[in-house]
Amino acid sequence: MGFYIVQVLTGLSSAAALFLVASGLSIIFGVTRVVNLAHGSFYMLGAYIAYSLIDLFGRGGLGFWGGIVLAAVAVGMIGAIVEVLILRRVYQAPELFQLVATFGVILVIQDIALLVWGAEDLVGHRAPGLTGAVDIMGTPLPAYDLALIAISPVVLAGLWLLFNRTRWGTLVRAATQDREMVGALGVNQAWLFTGTFFLGSMLAGLGGAVQLPKGGADLLMDFNVIAAAFVVVVVGGMGSIFGAFLAAVLIAELNAFGILVFPEITLVLMFLVMAVVLIFRPWGLLGSPEAPGQKGQQGPPEQPLRPAPVRVQMAGVAVVGFLALLPVVAGPFALVLTVDILIFALFAVSLHFIMGPGGMVSFGHAAYFGGGAYGAALLIHYANSNMESAMALGPVLAAVLALVFGWFCVRLSGVYLAMLTLAFAQVAWSVVFQWNDVTGGDDGLLYIVKSAWADTAQSWVPFYLLTAVLCLSAMLFLRRVLFSPFGYAMRACRDSELRSHAIGINVLEQRWLAFTLSGVAAGVAGSLYVFSKGSAFPDYMSIPLSFDALIMVLLGGVKTLLGPIVGAVTFTWIQDEISRFEYWRFFLGLAIILLVIAFPQGIAGFGRRYLGPWFGIRAEEAQ
Amino acid sequence: MLEVTRLHVFYGRAHILADVALSVDKGEVVALLGRNGAGKSTTLKSVIGLLRPADGEIRFDGEPIAGQPSHVICRKGIGYVPEERRVFSDLTVLENLEVGRQAPRTGLPSWTTDRLFDLFPNLAELRTRPAGRMSGGEQQMLTIARTLMGNPRAVLLDEPSEGLAPVIVEQMAATITELKRAGLTVLLSEQNLRFATRVADRAYIIEKGRIRYEGTMDALMADESVRSAYLTV
Repeated sequence: MGFYIVQVLTGLSSAAALFLVASGLSIIFGVTRVVNLAHGSFYMLGAYIAYSLIDLFGRGGLGFWGGIVLAAVAVGMIGAIVEVLILRRVYQAPELFQLVATFGVILVIQDIALLVWGAEDLVGHRAPGLTGAVDIMGTPLPAYDLALIAISPVVLAGLWLLFNRTRWGTLVRAATQDREMVGALGVNQAWLFTGTFFLGSMLAGLGGAVQLPKGGADLLMDFNVIAAAFVVVVVGGMGSIFGAFLAAVLIAELNAFGILVFPEITLVLMFLVMAVVLIFRPWGLLGSPEAPGQKGQQGPPEQPLRPAPVRVQMAGVAVVGFLALLPVVAGPFALVLTVDILIFALFAVSLHFIMGPGGMVSFGHAAYFGGGAYGAALLIHYANSNMESAMALGPVLAAVLALVFGWFCVRLSGVYLAMLTLAFAQVAWSVVFQWNDVTGGDDGLLYIVKSAWADTAQSWVPFYLLTAVLCLSAMLFLRRVLFSPFGYAMRACRDSELRSHAIGINVLEQRWLAFTLSGVAAGVAGSLYVFSKGSAFPDYMSIPLSFDALIMVLLGGVKTLLGPIVGAVTFTWIQDEISRFEYWRFFLGLAIILLVIAFPQGIAGFGRRYLGPWFGIRAEEAQ
Repeated sequence: MLEVTRLHVFYGRAHILADVALSVDKGEVVALLGRNGAGKSTTLKSVIGLLRPADGEIRFDGEPIAGQPSHVICRKGIGYVPEERRVFSDLTVLENLEVGRQAPRTGLPSWTTDRLFDLFPNLAELRTRPAGRMSGGEQQMLTIARTLMGNPRAVLLDEPSEGLAPVIVEQMAATITELKRAGLTVLLSEQNLRFATRVADRAYIIEKGRIRYEGTMDALMADESVRSAYLTV
């Protein structure tokens, strides 16, 4: 009996950090509509800064708790600074664009943490007076767990008072519903947003700081917590603090008991819970449906797509000619880089296909890229298949994943849809990561050999040409689809679900097929990638790769068809250039942030505006 | 007091307002009349700063305000009551009023919740009711009360009579008359000519983004040809 009670209490104590991080994320998203990917980095900073402050203050009661509180405040200030210096400049950009900037912040913070605190994991200080264990019916429970259990309700009550009993809280709740109207009533949104960022980041920092005695501090905390925080926010319902609390407890308890029954399931469990909740309650446990167009974030209507004018077509032919001639002039290094660029261009185009014209944002597109990669790799390993048939059949696995995941995802919309794609991608990643016997787990599948004619040990030219032909054809095919009746129906569903229904389009089926087609294209890119690298790793399905694709699309410009290609070229090239330096993440992050500030419409959006008229794009559409 | 000249507004590629000019004197109630899609709401939204004009001038008390953020314009003394009401549905009546509250202005008696509950007795009963669970008429009263909490000197009312029951429309007309008596300047957009004649001193008619007529309400009522050209459906 005591054992089970302790298990319940352990679950409650691990819910604390989760709740703190998730509530901060939820508050920030609710008011500013910024999906703050850097929220995990704030959590990590909270742990590191608390570690240093406790060192500085001494390990007495005042030093320990003072260090934790001050660390939280410091992280809050960092969040506010990020908002003022970076995000404030890009609120007018298309929806979700701001997350690119927050991705840059992740990279910058990763390297700053590495520089300041080193690569070694830090073991947290123990809380003075709470170092022992409490005996509960014969089973010991660390005394600090009791402190953690007490923290969540206290913070929850504090937040409730803040939001319901102060003018600032009332303004925040009003802004969550209709921030434009709040502005028209004389409230300066800029300071409301900064305040919200301060509060949200402070909560993340507090979450990182309080878990220090239990979990310590390490450089992987940021990505490890961010997916969990998203799940908690979505399960609880966007913008609902109480929902976040409920979801954090639910998930932490399921984890505490799931680990007893079926230890392998823990990585997947949380995402399965999310999938189940969203299928039955698409707006989370305590959330309410998002009314479209009520947030003051409509922006100008989507531009119609137009076939490329003659000069753009000529430029396209010139690019193909350049690619065809490249092997004559360039050495193997340039060819390898161009292979990467072509593969990621196709990957980005496949994501843009559903994100732009399809109106469905995916935060987990790497699932299908990795699906194609592992599809091909498994065929080579277990079916003695040759390169040609593995490349052709590999994307079938991506198609199956996209069909299954897509069936659930297309029933949602907006951020909920994005989060569900992230959850499914994480499930796929966990399976690959943990199913050692079949996928090789973390060690991956090695020796994915190419056919003799494409052997890159001799020359990269044949494989390069194969990649160029396949990627260019796939991209042109997706482009062609956009101008077919299928593409028109897809855009109709994006622009008005209701009217599309009324004119006889089966919206769900349409979106499902589009989602699958996009997944297959990503799978083609993945199966090419696995041969170009000669191995398959779980990284090919991981969150960072999904985010990379997202950054390419948004950075290039989600409103233009060339955007994802421009974004993929820029991002892959910059990453290749910069990753030769020490602390390259810092500089890559900085480069991304500067690009975001310089091109709030995306790079292609910017090019379209200034070069568009020369290429025969009508002036008023180029704006 | 409020002066708009050469106003041009685009929405995406569409030219919504072309060379709009109008003015409202202190203490006046002016109606901006026109059919659906004529550009009435766009005009008001440009004045309050929710839309950024491509060209033109907007002056309030002689001070240029075009292109400024809406909270700055609001704090200068212009209140805005949107067409779709846009109450904060999860917030109570009192909380909705709190969001609208701004510091009192020198030289003007400031609005308090008590004074507003005198003006809108229905709301007094519903202080702690979430705005989302009120009738359309009650919500319309609440948006006006919310805007008055900012102690504006001029109020922009976007189609105040739209979608209201006849008896509530009566109340609305009485309210506007009351505001005029309290010294407020009012610019309202309307499709309902009869309502406008009850409350307005002067009128402009807008069609396809251009001002087509300007005159006193009496002159407009006497001019059958103008009314049939621009207003009747």
